[in-house]
Amino acid sequence: MKYFLLIWAGLWRKKTRTILTMLSIIVAFLLFGLLQGINQSINAGLGDSSNKRLWTTARVATYGSMPISLMDQILTVRGVRNVAHLSYFGGYFQDAKNDIPAYAINVESLAAVYPELNITAAQINAMKTTRTGALIGRPLAQKYGWKVGDKIPLGTTIWTKKDGTNTWAFDIIGIFDPKPEFANSPFVTTFWINYDYWDETRQSENHRVHQFSIQIDDPKQATAISSAIDKLFENSPDETRTQPENAAIAAQLKEFADIDFIANSIVGAVMFALLFVTASTMMQSVRERIPELAVLKTLGFSGGAVSALVLTESAILCLIAAIVGLLLASVSFRTVGSVFGAGAIPPVVVVEGLIVAVLLAVISGLPPALRAQRLNIVDALAER
Amino acid sequence: MNTLVSLQNVVKRYQRGKQSVEVLHGVNLTIEQGEFLALMGPSGSGKTTLLNLIAGLDQPTEGEVTVAGERIDRLSGGKLAKWRARHIGFVFQFYNLLPVLTAARNVEVPLLLTNLTSAKRKQNVRAVLELVGLADRATHKPSELSGGQQQRVSIARALVADPTLLVCDEPTGDLDRENAEEILKLLQMLNRDQGKTIIMVTHDPLAADHASRTLHVDKGRLIDAAVRSAA
Repeated sequence: MKYFLLIWAGLWRKKTRTILTMLSIIVAFLLFGLLQGINQSINAGLGDSSNKRLWTTARVATYGSMPISLMDQILTVRGVRNVAHLSYFGGYFQDAKNDIPAYAINVESLAAVYPELNITAAQINAMKTTRTGALIGRPLAQKYGWKVGDKIPLGTTIWTKKDGTNTWAFDIIGIFDPKPEFANSPFVTTFWINYDYWDETRQSENHRVHQFSIQIDDPKQATAISSAIDKLFENSPDETRTQPENAAIAAQLKEFADIDFIANSIVGAVMFALLFVTASTMMQSVRERIPELAVLKTLGFSGGAVSALVLTESAILCLIAAIVGLLLASVSFRTVGSVFGAGAIPPVVVVEGLIVAVLLAVISGLPPALRAQRLNIVDALAER
Repeated sequence: MNTLVSLQNVVKRYQRGKQSVEVLHGVNLTIEQGEFLALMGPSGSGKTTLLNLIAGLDQPTEGEVTVAGERIDRLSGGKLAKWRARHIGFVFQFYNLLPVLTAARNVEVPLLLTNLTSAKRKQNVRAVLELVGLADRATHKPSELSGGQQQRVSIARALVADPTLLVCDEPTGDLDRENAEEILKLLQMLNRDQGKTIIMVTHDPLAADHASRTLHVDKGRLIDAAVRSAA
């Protein structure tokens, strides 16, 4: 501890350089935290078999449709408690870039399968009595400044009404406040509309839905119930694929890109570049301080002690910046992670980040530390 | 008087590329405890090499170097570092203070290698800064001090661990006459009042006049020894 002042002073000898190096490390670890956090969340979802909900989609394609009549058959499977059907409406508000994730549902079954949404009995009644009704979560309402009673026109390039137009008007009948643990779910920013109204008004694919969300009695039976549901429709024109909810979300994301590969490649490239930045900073710092290090040796510091000072300086530089980067990543992840159904950076990512920071410190600090250790006092004092 | 430094047939050769250059040729020297010795000689004569060997900063190619009863030519890097910390206080021509630390922190650096508590270290630093007349500049960084003041801090740093031997390499070489005179008087006072043994390398005959003995080094040999009375 008594050497801390010496190390700290050495670290801030060139403030601008130290700050710039720290910023590079902070940005790198922010990226590391976000990308690995997303990657880990997706992989955790894929491996999660202890879900209390299952998703059933068409086997041929995730966004393929199935007859709504399958719902009654699914309800007959032992262990299934409730089933809600969801159909993708898509849509945008005013401009195509204002994407609104709208889904057509039966509000009663949605509220039963997703109690975390906190949909009230009054809101269920209001949806039932208002065919053009729409139910939204507080975050979506706040984003657009919408309130109960507002009439919201949504455009869509997918669904044409029977009158030939593509603009659908909905009346907001309720704004729900989800439970805190569900606050990051994409469902809280979904625009929920009545399936019956939408199905009767659209031109095509009537009586078909895109997904069943199934609430089950025992999460441990998720795999068995999934198999039982899929078996029901085996060799029929509407074969299904049932999987735990988190796994289904993760699988959908994986369809877009190999996130594992992308995340690891970007993080690997960034860390490789960072290694050179940090190593060159430390080398330059030591090179400039050769006479000072020689003075320390003259005063009685051993080669090992001087190299330990340099290594510790490298470790402090890397660890402080990495911790700041990971903290920023965990704050940003509250927003970014919600897209992937994750609320916080998995702790394993933070641990991995700290290990990478220590490795970075050792690898970048070792060459200058060895140079400091081998420093010949006489030559260094003579600046040879 | 007790012999503090003894050099027997000391040879020092440096390898410069493929050439071996002999800088010291069989030097024999004895320095008594409590002496203030000036080593004079032209540039390249070998006086700084001689000083470095006595201070344990370098090892002789041949011969024996005994300081404070220890054959330091036999000590390895780590042991030699410990020995230096215990026995040697070094004053450089260009002060060589750590620019990011205050005067007090610079003086404290050698004490970090001891087991003294923080409070005791601070107490010793205060005492030695008072001794060199810089107690009021303790919180100043080197860049905020004059050359003479920086050299006083450097002397305080050399003294703070109470070394056996004070080794000064051109301590007035970077100072004007007035500041140089003050530093030399300070060294003289340390020798006279504190009993410190001092070896000082200098080009300046006026500086050497402050020592109790002057030796001349030329082309790697001690060519002349003249005992002078202390100024």
